[in-house]
Amino acid sequence: MMASSYNAKEEDGHVAVPVGGTIKNKKPDNTAFKQQRLPAWQPILTAGTVLPAFFVIGLIFIPIGIGLYVTSNNIREFEIDYTGTDIDDPCFNCSQSFSWNNTRPCTCALDFSLDHPFESNVFMYYGLSNFYQNHRRYVKSRDDSQLNGDINSLKNPSKECEPYARNEKAPIAPCGAIANSMFNDTLDLYYVHPNGTRIQIPLSKKDIAWWTDKHVKFRNPGNNPNLTAAFQGTSKPINWRRPVYELDTDEENNGFINEDFIVWMRTAALPTFRKLYRIIQKKNNMTPTLPRGNYTLEVSYNYPVRSFEGRKRVILSTISWMGGKNPFLGIAYITVGSVCFFLGVVLLIIHHKYGSRNNSADIPN
Amino acid sequence: MDFSVLRNLISRYCVGEEYWVDSRTVYIGHKEPPPGAEAYILQRYPDNRIVSSKYTLWNFIPKNLFEQFRRIANFYFLLIFLVQLIIDTPTSPVTSGLPLFFVITVTAIKQGYEDWLRHKADCSINECPVDVIQQGAVVRTESHKLRVGDIVMVREDDTFPCDLILLSSSRDDGTCYVTTASLDGESSHKTYYAVPDTMAFVTEQEVDSLHATIECEQPQPDLYKECLCIYICLLFFRPLGAENLLLRGATLKNTEHIYGVAIYTGMDTKMALNYQSKSQKRSAVEKSMNAFLIVYLCMLIGKALINTVLKYSWQWSSDHDEPWYNQRTEIDRERHVIRAFTDFLAFMVLFNYIIPVSMYVTVEMQKFLGSYFIAWDTDMYDEDLGQGAQVNTSDLNEELGQVEYVFTDKTGTLTENCMEFIECCVDGHIYIPHAICNGQILSADHEDLFFRALCLCHTVQVKEEETVDGIKMGLHQGKPTSFYISSSPDEVALVEGMKRLGYTYLRLKDSHMEILNKDDEIERFELLHVLNFDSVRRRMSVIVRSSAGENLLFCKGADSSILPRVVSGKVEQVRARVEQNAVEGLRTLCVAYRSLSPADYEEACHRLSAAKLALQDRDQRLMQAYDFIERDFTLLGATAVEDRLQEKAADTIESLHKAGMKVWVLTGDKMETAVATCYASKLFRRSTQILELTKKRTEEQSLHEVLFDLSRTPCVCVCVFMSRLSVDCQDYGLIIDGATLSAVLKPGPESSGSGNYREIFLEICRNCSAVLCCRMAPLQKAQIVKLIKASKEHPITLAIGDGANDVSMILEAHVGIGIMGKEGRQAARNSDYAIPKFKHLKKMLLVHGHFYYIRIAELVQYFFYKNVCFIFPQFLYQFYCGFSQQPLYDTAYLTLYNISFTSLPILIYSLIEKHVSVETLKRDPSLYRSEDVAKNSLLCWPVFLYWTCLGLFDACIFFFGAYFLFDNTTFTSNGQMFGNWTFGTLIFTVLVFTVTLKLALDTHLWTWINHFVIWGSLLFYVIFSLLWGGIIWPFLNYQRMYYVFMQMLSSGPAWLGIILLITLSLLPDVVKKVLCRTMCPTATERQATASENGSDVFQSSCTHVRCIWASDISLEEVRGLNVPLGQLDLVYIIIPDGHAVAVILSLPQ
Repeated sequence: MMASSYNAKEEDGHVAVPVGGTIKNKKPDNTAFKQQRLPAWQPILTAGTVLPAFFVIGLIFIPIGIGLYVTSNNIREFEIDYTGTDIDDPCFNCSQSFSWNNTRPCTCALDFSLDHPFESNVFMYYGLSNFYQNHRRYVKSRDDSQLNGDINSLKNPSKECEPYARNEKAPIAPCGAIANSMFNDTLDLYYVHPNGTRIQIPLSKKDIAWWTDKHVKFRNPGNNPNLTAAFQGTSKPINWRRPVYELDTDEENNGFINEDFIVWMRTAALPTFRKLYRIIQKKNNMTPTLPRGNYTLEVSYNYPVRSFEGRKRVILSTISWMGGKNPFLGIAYITVGSVCFFLGVVLLIIHHKYGSRNNSADIPN
Repeated sequence: MDFSVLRNLISRYCVGEEYWVDSRTVYIGHKEPPPGAEAYILQRYPDNRIVSSKYTLWNFIPKNLFEQFRRIANFYFLLIFLVQLIIDTPTSPVTSGLPLFFVITVTAIKQGYEDWLRHKADCSINECPVDVIQQGAVVRTESHKLRVGDIVMVREDDTFPCDLILLSSSRDDGTCYVTTASLDGESSHKTYYAVPDTMAFVTEQEVDSLHATIECEQPQPDLYKECLCIYICLLFFRPLGAENLLLRGATLKNTEHIYGVAIYTGMDTKMALNYQSKSQKRSAVEKSMNAFLIVYLCMLIGKALINTVLKYSWQWSSDHDEPWYNQRTEIDRERHVIRAFTDFLAFMVLFNYIIPVSMYVTVEMQKFLGSYFIAWDTDMYDEDLGQGAQVNTSDLNEELGQVEYVFTDKTGTLTENCMEFIECCVDGHIYIPHAICNGQILSADHEDLFFRALCLCHTVQVKEEETVDGIKMGLHQGKPTSFYISSSPDEVALVEGMKRLGYTYLRLKDSHMEILNKDDEIERFELLHVLNFDSVRRRMSVIVRSSAGENLLFCKGADSSILPRVVSGKVEQVRARVEQNAVEGLRTLCVAYRSLSPADYEEACHRLSAAKLALQDRDQRLMQAYDFIERDFTLLGATAVEDRLQEKAADTIESLHKAGMKVWVLTGDKMETAVATCYASKLFRRSTQILELTKKRTEEQSLHEVLFDLSRTPCVCVCVFMSRLSVDCQDYGLIIDGATLSAVLKPGPESSGSGNYREIFLEICRNCSAVLCCRMAPLQKAQIVKLIKASKEHPITLAIGDGANDVSMILEAHVGIGIMGKEGRQAARNSDYAIPKFKHLKKMLLVHGHFYYIRIAELVQYFFYKNVCFIFPQFLYQFYCGFSQQPLYDTAYLTLYNISFTSLPILIYSLIEKHVSVETLKRDPSLYRSEDVAKNSLLCWPVFLYWTCLGLFDACIFFFGAYFLFDNTTFTSNGQMFGNWTFGTLIFTVLVFTVTLKLALDTHLWTWINHFVIWGSLLFYVIFSLLWGGIIWPFLNYQRMYYVFMQMLSSGPAWLGIILLITLSLLPDVVKKVLCRTMCPTATERQATASENGSDVFQSSCTHVRCIWASDISLEEVRGLNVPLGQLDLVYIIIPDGHAVAVILSLPQ
């Protein structure tokens, strides 16, 4: 590469002259660029210039902050931990008697009550704590081309997937640690009517993953409508109960394009995270999505977290235009706005004290 | 005497008593002597090929790579790259390999191209035609085929193809004229002599018939060392000297053709042996940059160590190390021992961007491109010379803004070196060319003699063409095409002056000098001997025979060397006049003559020829002969020649003074003349108290006492000054001469004593704003520069000069500036910068130096800042990802951050930023020494710390801001969740915007280029991210960035978060800037504000301010006098609003 460029240069016979040489016996061009006299705007940061900016920032940020804060406070959020670490916890038995080989899932039920009705769509999340989905070894342990439906990668998973690339000799599909450790608890929600009947709340599993992920990034291999055939010759991930083509009965939600799977495959940024599990659609305008009252959460407890002192939670939350409940953004806006306002006042005093000057920032050159 | 004696003689002259390889024996025309005369030893000499190129096509790649990786920075990046290749690291080798490859390739191409140019130049030199005499005929051949012993014919205006011994010349007297402009820069013509024995061989056949050998020593690089050769023809031998040796590279002038025999060829020639590159100078900025780099390297290693240790303490429990969901591979599990080490290396790799390759590239580019702007500056273009400033080293641009000491030559630098004859004085009568009538030409005895003396006593030649190099002076009347040429401009001025007084020197013809006298009669004098000028004797003489047959010796020289030898004449009148002229700054010469009786003449002839033929100590014996002949003079009179000051020299010196620089004039001239020039150039003002440290004084007192006397004086004054504040600040000037200086610097008998002298001398110098060193030898100039450089403050020095005698100091000083003057180009070629006139120094230092310092300081600090911002979030992220070296940003972002997202704005900034206008800098030179730039203050540790802390603060804002936004909550309005890559992209977006906007806040000058580059690179980032995430890239084995950026932008809170974080991270810097500007503005800022307001009110009060500052003390002035601040009880504080308010401060005692 270097030698060839060197040769190329040799041929064009173009003579460069060292810095000094270029100007020999030649008056330099009197252009604005060469003489560094380009017309320019010359702002100077003085108290006078910055003052209005600070006030403006303060005046904009504080209302935004208040708005954000109020919005955040209006969001209903309910969180329930079902890990079962205490002997009193309903899921204690399940968490104790965990084995990967269990054929019959262990189920447990948690009762809880909502003090306030959830008016709009409710988003149901599962949350894990102390689970390092962002560990480097974990993050890279996937094969994106396999997930994209590449036949070659299906049979020969990338070595990044090690040690979850092959089971015996058969390639694992989907390979890698992320897929292998997919969250497999099943969560069901029942409304306990005051009259004692349990009504199952319909949970929608559509649109829980990014649209682009479901439709572009994740593809089942080989356009074969028969997934069983498409995944022929591959092995299920070691920790999975069922192979990937049996994740769902719905054709559009099976195999690699299963939304639960896609959601799991998007590795979380921090060790405490939540992932969207189901959406509870609002039925009509008259009744709240989740009215006030008692509920039961039925868990089929499959996912072990106690070995690494993790926690499992279920979060029910409504969503506003600014996302879930997070007072931080609002408070931060109010704080920064106030600081700017305060600084504006301080600068005003300083400005006044040290003499007021013409504060036009720019002079045309 | 036989050959062996000669051999011994030669070997004695050579390196030493040790076995010396032997001299070379050159057989002229390859005609070996008859066998038996001398054992014929075949000697092999290199051919005449010149090789200045470094590489060949074959060794280019390995050699160039080796050279490049010898640079510590490149080696470091190579190491990082190799580590990435070998071990499993978080980022792909591409991230560091690509930039490194780019840098190495570009450098290799540049060097390869330069080498190719060198090859081409070599080729054209090696292939240029040469005429060689073979078998009595001229044969044209190529230069590189020339061999030792060949007889070469060189025609006028051709360069000598190798080192030749001049055999014969087309001129009758066997001389030829040569200019050595390309060798040592002296463009004057020098006379060389043919070997007397071969002088008569004028045709090819005759020359070819020559049977002789030349014994000469092996080649030596010293250009001025006398080369010892001996011409042997049969058993007759004749020593040859430097006047017979024509050096390669010199050009034949005024001579039709010459014949010479090649004795040194190819790489043995003096030119090739002298071909060496200058030692690299490094600027103070580069030194502090290296110091910062070491800090960052420590930071890098520290971070990696901390993380490694934390990692292992964290994963002590196996739940953390290998939870069930995240098992290691079997191979990985087995590597216990080296795992810790590879983990450490992996962290190093993860954080290595904190020292980016691109910083080196950007700094180099800034310097390289920046030097073009200096060269392009029309303000530094000189119409007469047709040249602008010339930049030979681009590494020192910023050093120009840090100069504390300026060492300047006088002649040709402060003055024009364009001599004009002003007057002459014969026996006390004064003749001025313009007012000839006033002279009333007295028929004094000496008058005619005086004018004739001046017409005869010189080495001026008449050139009857226009195209001559060297000093040209048109003959105005009569023959406009004639010029006088001489190596000394004084001589030309004198002969010119004589012409105007009526005596015209016409020509030298057949050893007769012809003069056209006042009555238009031609007088002829036979030139018998020329006793050449040398700087030790400081005089020259000619012996002529008049048409009447009288032998006359005319001598002219410095008064100090003539007057002691005078026996008669009106010495007192002449001396008085000479001294008066010297005080006025004129260069004076005394003229004397001696009438030689035939006996005297015989004696003189005998002594001269004896000395010239001497084999040993020829110079010394010539000296003795001259000394003997030049005596018993009759004083005729004196001349005065003016060397005018360069235009605006005084203004420039004044500006330099105001800019806080100490200006030293180092000159070989005599004290009186130099002092006068110093006053004229305002180096010394009328109010300056002059301290003298000269030989005259040290003869009266001991050096010791004088030094102590002088060192006390300023201190006394300071005390007075402290008690009465209204006293004007007295400034001091020191005059020292060469003799005293060498006494001061000479290591004395007691080692302690000499050290003291040195210290005391430095102490005195520190208190003087101006120092004049006269009667300096070239080496002493360099010694002084070295002395100041090594003093304990380590000030930055600048040397400026125009002649070959200034080269040593130009090379010694931190910054060397050459004036493209009349004394040749040697100074300009050895300098770092060359300027046409002294006045251009003002713009060079005050404007370009100032700007480039500010620019590079910002460049360096900003680079460190932006990389702290970049890498520190990654460090923080390790605490949340189990210390697993998970990168926060995508590979593309890691690679492109320094290369394309943030590189151009700072490069453009560092090329065109101006924080104040050029006019302001020129108007107020004190800005140069203001505390915001002087003493490398923009790159001192506190400033560095501020930038680093700012970087850390911003990094924390980025990371924790994003952390709290993401922490266990939904970030979108459709309930979907973001992953770790969105987290990193959010931080990266905030990072790129903050860092670019921070630069935007620092930019004082917004041209369209700045707008284009700043907004352009932000836009580029956005477009790149959209593209990078918009497609499933088929060549990548991961698609982690797919739609991440778009999804992030589609979320409202992400926008709000980005805006908030950018605002928050810019806030402290803005507040700091505004507060500093308002509460304690720097001098530059005051000026900028002043020029911004531009109101008359401020202008008028500004002068008011200045007058207060001038009449009372400023902090700088006090500091300059080494007074501890604690002793002050009254300080004037000048407030930038234009009102000067006196505030009484009681400073702690």
